[in-house]
Amino acid sequence: MSKYRSVLRSGILLFFLWHVCAFAHKPSDSYLTLSVANVDSEPTVLHQATIKGQWDIALRDLDYAIGLDEDANSEINWQEVLIKQKDINAYAFARLSIRGNHVLCPITPTQTLIDHHTDGAYAVLKFTASCQTTVSNLSLRYTLFSELDPSHRGLLRLEYEGFNKTAIFGPENRLQSFVLGNVSHFGEFKEYLVDGIWHIWKGYDHILFLLSLLLPAVLVRTSKGWQPAENFKPTIIEVLKVVTAFTVAHSITLTLATLQLVALPSRWVEAAIAFSVVLAALNNVFPVVVKYRWLVAFSFGLIHGFGFSAVLADLGLRGGSLALALIGFNLGVEIGQIGILSLYVPISYAMRRTKIYKYVVFYVGSMLIVCVAGAWLVERVFNIELFSSTKGDERVDQLQVI
Amino acid sequence: MLKNLTGYLLWAALVQAAYAAPYIPGSPNQVLEKLPATTDASIQRFKSLRSRLASDPNNIELAVKLTKLYIEQSRDEGDPRYLGYAQAALAPWWELDQPPIDILVLRATLLQSTHQFDESLADLNRVLKLDRANGQAWLTRATILQVQGKYAEALQSCEQLYALTSELVTLTCSLNVRNLNGRAKDSYQELKVALEQTPDTDPNIQIWVLTLLAEMAERLGDVVAAEKHFENAINLGDPDSYLLGVYSDFLLEQHRPQEVLSLLKAKTTIDPLLLRYAEALNAMHLPESQVQIEELRNRFDAAMMRGDTVHQREQSRFELRLMHNPVRALEIAKLNWAIQKEPADARVYLEAALASSDKYAAVPLIGWLEAHHLEDAILKKMIDHHKGAI
Repeated sequence: MSKYRSVLRSGILLFFLWHVCAFAHKPSDSYLTLSVANVDSEPTVLHQATIKGQWDIALRDLDYAIGLDEDANSEINWQEVLIKQKDINAYAFARLSIRGNHVLCPITPTQTLIDHHTDGAYAVLKFTASCQTTVSNLSLRYTLFSELDPSHRGLLRLEYEGFNKTAIFGPENRLQSFVLGNVSHFGEFKEYLVDGIWHIWKGYDHILFLLSLLLPAVLVRTSKGWQPAENFKPTIIEVLKVVTAFTVAHSITLTLATLQLVALPSRWVEAAIAFSVVLAALNNVFPVVVKYRWLVAFSFGLIHGFGFSAVLADLGLRGGSLALALIGFNLGVEIGQIGILSLYVPISYAMRRTKIYKYVVFYVGSMLIVCVAGAWLVERVFNIELFSSTKGDERVDQLQVI
Repeated sequence: MLKNLTGYLLWAALVQAAYAAPYIPGSPNQVLEKLPATTDASIQRFKSLRSRLASDPNNIELAVKLTKLYIEQSRDEGDPRYLGYAQAALAPWWELDQPPIDILVLRATLLQSTHQFDESLADLNRVLKLDRANGQAWLTRATILQVQGKYAEALQSCEQLYALTSELVTLTCSLNVRNLNGRAKDSYQELKVALEQTPDTDPNIQIWVLTLLAEMAERLGDVVAAEKHFENAINLGDPDSYLLGVYSDFLLEQHRPQEVLSLLKAKTTIDPLLLRYAEALNAMHLPESQVQIEELRNRFDAAMMRGDTVHQREQSRFELRLMHNPVRALEIAKLNWAIQKEPADARVYLEAALASSDKYAAVPLIGWLEAHHLEDAILKKMIDHHKGAI
């Protein structure tokens, strides 16, 4: 019992029993907004970049750091803030430094205002920082309250030429650098790239078209029908020819359509894409074109390009340049294609001598593709739904769970 | 309907005004912020300790004293800023692999309170390696393991308490774990008897035990008994926010939102309680619910901006019940479930899974509940009700 008391006397035993912490508010944060404007180089202008800043710091935190509550009545009024305005600025700006291309940009406080965030009143410090050179690399050092409250975070929003970037400063990341200009463009480019990859993986019609053309790549057409290819060289040459032709073709029409030089009604484009899949798969079962499959890939690739352009238009051009979007998206589509090929080619090559490949994969597979694409064709021509793609997705989900 | 709409528009305008642009206050005497009302004595105590520690930052005794004060303060005021101050007091030892035992226990507490459970457990294990008689470390360890759903290990930790603290605390620790782990009925009865046999217990411990008894009774489906335990706990005075939270959940479950409003009226600065308050307003179709929903959204947004995940259980409920966004709710509930696995976490997860079109989302959860023999009338009702759908 005495031991029990001694544990209790530590005063926090019960605190540990309550695992659910029901806190009033979040821990301490400050909100820092920087808006960078590079001035076009004019010899008359002394500085080359102006940064406008706003820094919201909680009055409670400032009180804890430098004491605002002069009359100790547990309330902070506007007068108390005004009296300590200089101290607040001195304290805060000693803990923030801004460098443009490694040169310090001196900060000048311009105004103190008040605002309210979810956990109370904040002093709003407005300021400008002037940099000697045009800024392409901005580095910030943030140490506000770091010695008083390690759980404090500085939440930065950086604005530059209409782009926003956010970052969090804390004890583990006091110093952070931002590349202006290229950062946002690269981010945008990457997004389009990812969209492109996704589109080729999720747009079954493009995959099926490519597969239909590639199913015979590991086989050779002889007088005795389809025979397995003797070695890898003709196979890989055939694959490269087909894929390159498809890529060149859809890149041409994707560009033309995105630049709005050519426009086709999307329903007919979609129907033509379905039709191309039907023809490509039928050609395996009842061969008509054997030698020049790359030509088929090229001519129908032109139509698929229009399909891609519709997707790109749906994604919307997010403020940035058109070329960036086009190249990013197209590159994404190619990466997606290469991913599919690097799975398909080795497997089909290894299987090419088996009966399963010839009869099940090649013939039955081709016929299945004909059926699926035929259904799409009917859907798209008559604008009806035989099976919706969402149902397809649901089926996939169920399989994964089971 | 029209009245509701005007009411809503009015409230929306007020909320908008509250988050308007920065301004210059109209008068020098305008009060901008109320600081936590602490007595002069306690302010003086903090101030003198702070300045003494500032001049002697490596003084363990001072640091431990100040840290404990801050942790207590954070609990009393429900303000996590004090946990940051506490961490600052431990700065010279914070990054060390093997700080002194007293510091380790406090560091574990701070890590635990920001849901860094594994890091906290690592510290507690370091403590227990050196001092197997550290009751505090065993108890905190048991609590974390129970929250993580590691019942066997939690029970082992509880059993270590026998020689170190009162029988009631030890029993409560282990019976609470057993209760979640297939022994719902026996453990409830046993704990009830244990409390009855120790009437002169410290009221704080009584509140703790009564709250757990109420939760156990509710999980067993005995609404009358649960209500009685809750009332007894509340009547002991000064209910903490955990008790208020679970009691409000009980009342909401019983479709008694009116009582939640009067219970929590003065407690809405505390996020999880504001959530219950807003749910009650919403259940009664009061226009004020829109203001509180907006306020909650701002608070969750602010927490997200700083990368906080401490309130994911509440955030998931908020998305599900007040924003009607089951997909997002499920996403958050899954993240939360990866960290903590209490019945309340399972309820949010299951509710979100059943409300979303992803019928199979609940399958792994139900599997877990069955494997761990967690008995809960509310969970069972939800599962039975949707059995056809799953």
